[in-house]
Amino acid sequence: MTIPFTLPKQRWELKFSEAYPLYTDAEAIAEANRCLYCYDAPCTKTCPAGIDVAVFIRKIAERNRHGAAKTVLASNILGYSCGCVCPDVVLCAGSCVLKDFKKPVIQIARLHRYATEKFLSDGKHFFTPATATGKKVALVGAGPASLACAYELKLLGHEPVIFEKKTLPGGLNTTGIAPYKMTAEDALREVEAIRRIGIEIRTGVDISSQIKTLLKDYDAVFIGVGIGDDTELNVPGIDGDGVIGSIEWIEQLRLSDKPALPKNTKRALVVGGGNTALDAARELAQLGVPEVTMVYRRTAQLMPGFRHELNDARIEGVHLLEHAVITEIVREKGKLKGARVRASDEDIFLQADIIIIAIGQAKWRDLLMKFPDVELNEANEIIVDEETGRTGNQRIYAGGDATPGMKLVVQAVADGKRAAQAMHRELLQTGKGGA
Amino acid sequence: MAELSVNLAGIKSPNPFWLASAPPTNSAEQVMRAFDLGWGGVVWKTIGDPIVNVSSRLGSIDADGIRMVGLNNIELITDRPLNENLREIREVKKRFPDRAVVVSIMAESKDDWRELIRRSEDTGCDGLELNFGCPHGMCERGMGSAVGQEPKVIREITAWAREFASTPVIVKLTPNISDIVEPGRAATEGGAHALSLINTIKSLTGVDLDNFVPFPVVGGQSTPGGFCGPAVKPIALHMVSALAKDSKINIPISAIGGISTWRDAAEFMALGATNVQICTAVMHYGYRIIEQLTDGLSNYLDEHNMASAQELIGRAVPAVVDWGDLNLNYKVVADINQEKCIGCQLCIPACHDGAHQCIYPPGVEAKPGHTAPHAAEAAEKLADDPTYRVPWVDETDCVGCNLCAHVCPVPDCITMKQVETKKPRESWNERIAKGTTFIPGGLHDSPAS
Ligand SMILES: Cc1cc2nc3c(=O)[nH]c(=O)nc-3n(C[C@H](O)[C@H](O)[C@H](O)COP(=O)(O)OP(=O)(O)OC[C@H]3O[C@@H](n4cnc5c(N)ncnc54)[C@H](O)[C@@H]3O)c2cc1C
Ligand SMILES: Cc1cc2nc3c(=O)[nH]c(=O)nc-3n(C[C@H](O)[C@H](O)[C@H](O)COP(=O)(O)O)c2cc1C
Ligand code: SF4
Ligand code: SF4
Repeated sequence: MTIPFTLPKQRWELKFSEAYPLYTDAEAIAEANRCLYCYDAPCTKTCPAGIDVAVFIRKIAERNRHGAAKTVLASNILGYSCGCVCPDVVLCAGSCVLKDFKKPVIQIARLHRYATEKFLSDGKHFFTPATATGKKVALVGAGPASLACAYELKLLGHEPVIFEKKTLPGGLNTTGIAPYKMTAEDALREVEAIRRIGIEIRTGVDISSQIKTLLKDYDAVFIGVGIGDDTELNVPGIDGDGVIGSIEWIEQLRLSDKPALPKNTKRALVVGGGNTALDAARELAQLGVPEVTMVYRRTAQLMPGFRHELNDARIEGVHLLEHAVITEIVREKGKLKGARVRASDEDIFLQADIIIIAIGQAKWRDLLMKFPDVELNEANEIIVDEETGRTGNQRIYAGGDATPGMKLVVQAVADGKRAAQAMHRELLQTGKGGA
Repeated sequence: MAELSVNLAGIKSPNPFWLASAPPTNSAEQVMRAFDLGWGGVVWKTIGDPIVNVSSRLGSIDADGIRMVGLNNIELITDRPLNENLREIREVKKRFPDRAVVVSIMAESKDDWRELIRRSEDTGCDGLELNFGCPHGMCERGMGSAVGQEPKVIREITAWAREFASTPVIVKLTPNISDIVEPGRAATEGGAHALSLINTIKSLTGVDLDNFVPFPVVGGQSTPGGFCGPAVKPIALHMVSALAKDSKINIPISAIGGISTWRDAAEFMALGATNVQICTAVMHYGYRIIEQLTDGLSNYLDEHNMASAQELIGRAVPAVVDWGDLNLNYKVVADINQEKCIGCQLCIPACHDGAHQCIYPPGVEAKPGHTAPHAAEAAEKLADDPTYRVPWVDETDCVGCNLCAHVCPVPDCITMKQVETKKPRESWNERIAKGTTFIPGGLHDSPAS
């Protein structure tokens, strides 16, 4: 399927090779056949989107790829991207009973990527929308949360319209996911496949100034704006060449042909210990930077980043400096030289050609505060009802990274779906909505 | 080290493992390689008037990714000239005088049988196997299983063979009949020195669902063939034991059908076979398996203090009885090993939908008055850990069918433990003898409603 966007041909993301290539038929069937087809399967229970894992795997084993895709997509319309990016070892596969059998757990994510690949390549839809209700929902942000919500709304007969600030839809799937997991092009193909069921996506529209109008023109609003830009590091010398925020750097890597690294980069520092820091470090290592060091203020045990990602990063040669904080960025005639670091109570100097800051992302506090009756917690996340995703405002729902919970694509999907169903139940079906 | 040599109706071989008459015994070049690796004997690929074969010839079925658990073929007897086969058989026998070299033969008229037997025995072979089994191709010509399905004809041709042959005559039986004892007795009455079984089972292995042709495909068509390999073993075991038990059949048996490992072989011998023949396992893995076959059998015999393979023959035959002689008062129930269980819960739908509704997930309360040793404990563990998934058994309701134990993927996790019924041994036949066969609730008990 072709996408209605043109991406630069020489994108840096194309320099990466896939960490987990799409299974061949034989590989997928062999892997599926290892699955026990558990009863009341624990993997199904631990999938945030509620995919019937045991069943779709069984269908692959029976060589019913179409049926497998349908089972996955019925619960998770972003089944393809989740198949590429889900950390299944901490979700569904983390509860696979084979672990207790001292056998490798089933590669569930890879299997659902395999199952759903056709959805992307031919865009064929498995489900038909219900009769139109005439109810309209505005969704803010075109990331996984809004896409899943809009798709579900459309199935229920409503009319979703997504507003996206950027020129490309897809949210972090398009701009942030590590390219060895999924390319921007695949992310956009998935958006396109979803859009084709009949979802309007207006890109290049920042809704900050139109919130009142949205609430007037639409029966309900869904906030799926994700989290914001990189948090800045406050140390002397930070402003200038060679220092860049991780989100910005990764987006550039994925979508532009602008060099992501200075020529002859030998050493790179990544500041932070979360999954974004780990991604940036792995991306640097995979681009061939000989020395990649993560500078982290605590220890490996306390890192918020996943253990398995740290292991992979280390295998790729990434060095982790624990108990370390940058105290000053050092430049010579404006050119980056490195950073002074206080590491385990010692002051050291680390040379660097590029420094990537991945110490977290700011929240869209100012934006969110403009929504009437929407309340935020101390982390500036939108407070929502757990069952429904409803905010303090009866007509405003929210989900994904903008709300509390796991910051994962599959969680955003689950949130979006949950909100759509709740809106349908509580607002749109009953006629309670409306301006 | 236990003695592995066996003697089948006078045909001696250094171990009980023979190659069955099939592609692995097509030529001298192959058989000599097999003998070099240690095979005890061969039954040469059936000779007779050469035929024409088709391609492809084999169909196969897999089980959840395990390849070739059953193999089907539409190959006929040898396609090589008779004289070439005979010359090679002579050569092999000369080079390997200590191994059993049996020639499998198939002919049409009495004269042909006489001539084929004469020329086969001229090679110096140790015996003959009459192929009455091939279920395809040959029967249309009045040979193979067309013969094997007619006890009268078996008796007659076997008698001819006895008349013409000076070496032992083995009759290879087809399983494509309703009661194997009939052809077994017919061959015995005809004077056979030994029986070999089973030949292949008439079958179709599958259908190409895109082109609507069964497998194996021969230019857009197919034809039923003969099924063999691991999947047929239970059928072969039954047939071998039925012959071993029959009081009128007192000649040795060479067992064939789904033997892949020494364990399979030992089982057949325990059920009355003197030796075994193998085809599919060699077609799958090659002659090299002979090392594992002899080594495994030899260790097994040592571990069970048997001085020779001979001692194993028939050891399990007395335990095979009629259903009516089984003890009705023996009872077992399922016992789930709480440590080994991985919580897949496959036993639950098996028991609830396919058996007798007595295995439950933790948290369900046991029925009042029922014996369910782990029910309370499971509920407690679930309260501590919501991911706890080890099921428990209601022993009062359990009928001891075994299904859960077969379904459980973890070895030795579900076992069947005996429970005391405090009743003396009693079989159905004993009830018949005593006249206590009445069971309430039957057709003649309750009035029609
Ligand atoms: C570097 C990185 C790597 C990641 N890797 C993984 C991974 O491997 N696996 C995984 O499961 N998760 C991963 N995640 C997390 C995952 O990407 C997010 O959880 C998920 O994308 C959240 O979806 P969302 O729809 O809530 O937000 P987003 O994907 O962030 O989408 C929000 C959208 O809203 C738009 N928006 C914001 N403000 C406005 C506005 N005012 N008006 C209109 N539109 C607006 C944004 O432009 C954006 O397109 C990663 C995140 C990062 C940062
Ligand atoms: C391809 C093929 C050809 C066979 N040809 C013959 C044959 O010519 N004569 C014969 O008596 N049995 C023939 N058989 C049957 C085997 O000898 C044997 O009885 C059967 O395969 C069961 O044994 P197994 O389960 O070890 O394969 C053939 C089997 C196969 C697979
Ligand atoms: S827990 Fe593992 S083995 Fe069981 S159904 Fe899920 S993936 Fe298959
Ligand atoms: S089948 Fe075996 S491992 Fe699975 S739940 Fe039952 S007892 Fe446990």
